[in-house]
Amino acid sequence: MRPAAAGSNLVAMAQIFHYSSNTFARMTIYGAVFFIAFAGWAGYAYINSHYVTRQNQPREQPIPFSHAHHVGGEGFDCRYCHTSVENSSFAGLPATQICMNCHSQIWRTSPELEPVRASYQTGQSIRWTRVHDLPDYVYFNHSIHVAKGVGCETCHGRIDKMPLTWQNADLQMEWCLNCHRNPERYVRPREAITTMGYVPDGDQAEIGRRLVQEYHIQDARLLTSCSTCHR
Amino acid sequence: MDAGQSRNLKNNRRFHLRSSVFLCGLIPVLLGLSGCRSDMQDQPKYIPLRPSSFFSDGRSERPLIAGTVARGHLDDDTLLETGKGPDGKFSDEFPFPVTRDRVLRGQDRYNIYCTPCHDRNGDGLGMVVRRGFRHPPSYHIDRLRQVPNGYIFDVITNGFGAMPTYSSQLLPADRWAIVSYIRALQMSQMGSINDVPADARTQLGLTGAPQERKQ
Repeated sequence: MRPAAAGSNLVAMAQIFHYSSNTFARMTIYGAVFFIAFAGWAGYAYINSHYVTRQNQPREQPIPFSHAHHVGGEGFDCRYCHTSVENSSFAGLPATQICMNCHSQIWRTSPELEPVRASYQTGQSIRWTRVHDLPDYVYFNHSIHVAKGVGCETCHGRIDKMPLTWQNADLQMEWCLNCHRNPERYVRPREAITTMGYVPDGDQAEIGRRLVQEYHIQDARLLTSCSTCHR
Repeated sequence: MDAGQSRNLKNNRRFHLRSSVFLCGLIPVLLGLSGCRSDMQDQPKYIPLRPSSFFSDGRSERPLIAGTVARGHLDDDTLLETGKGPDGKFSDEFPFPVTRDRVLRGQDRYNIYCTPCHDRNGDGLGMVVRRGFRHPPSYHIDRLRQVPNGYIFDVITNGFGAMPTYSSQLLPADRWAIVSYIRALQMSQMGSINDVPADARTQLGLTGAPQERKQ
């Protein structure tokens, strides 16, 4: 698309594009590389964003239940309410009866607790909003994690400091694998499973290695096998 | 501008038009693909506590019909299940030998389920009581030191006074383990230095000399 040579007798063809279009065309071609790379990065950033993973976002609940008050303030053990965490895949949401163990006498006229009393009287379940929702193609079992020394805090964070409950981890597969590859970095003694603000009594690397042996935690090859979590 | 140029121009424009349509189309397709994940993400199956629109109470789980016996849970061991002996009275026996492991299990369960009211040492001044719940009697009063083991088991199982039943939170074996730990707590409050083996006394920062039993 160069202009006809000067001095030519031929009448130069009319220019369709300005000469600078060449630069523009090149820029577009090379720019595409950056554009695609940027789109890839933006996509990755999007699926890992808190907007998608719902990490760190307190969820609206029918009752403004505060773990900070019950665990942090009153010192309840997680298992008082989440009774099936040690022997079931599901940690268990307390039956209304368990709320009423105390709230039959405490705060018994509080308007915030009206849904609890209504549920107790009618037998209708309280419809809590699920905070941790793993995809259905993931097999997850609470009891095995608790039995092998993965503390509540390791995944759920400082629940004793959450006025409303939010998801502490992003729950992406990469996050799961992070521990399945190196369990010794995270495991703690079973006695400290529900401890909040746990500090290892010594060197975690050494304690972790010992616990991995003691609790017969499988090696990383098995723990990262597809069918361990996708069955 | 002759016909050929005009056609070129048109072709050029058409090419640009097509590629931009392609690019514009690609983005919704990619977004649409990400929508496919929701089928696998939320499969049409019931997981624990997932609601159901099929049943009128909105639950996917069905409540058990009264009298349902799960396989292997016939619960025909009267002492284990009720704390009562063959004569129908509360038994002082344990349904199994009380070992160190059992007591430790009891301690573990006690600290989870009983401390909110009864406190760690059993004096009944737990956090919930301090918040206004009715004060339960201390374990260290004479009456409760005299009651048979089966009685304590029954209170955990069926509740007593303001105390609700704990049968949904504790299996019978764990309730018995708690009974054994409560007995240990009672002993601990009535103990004297004479109950401590001589070689363990230094751990308490005491000398090995026996002292008067204090009441």
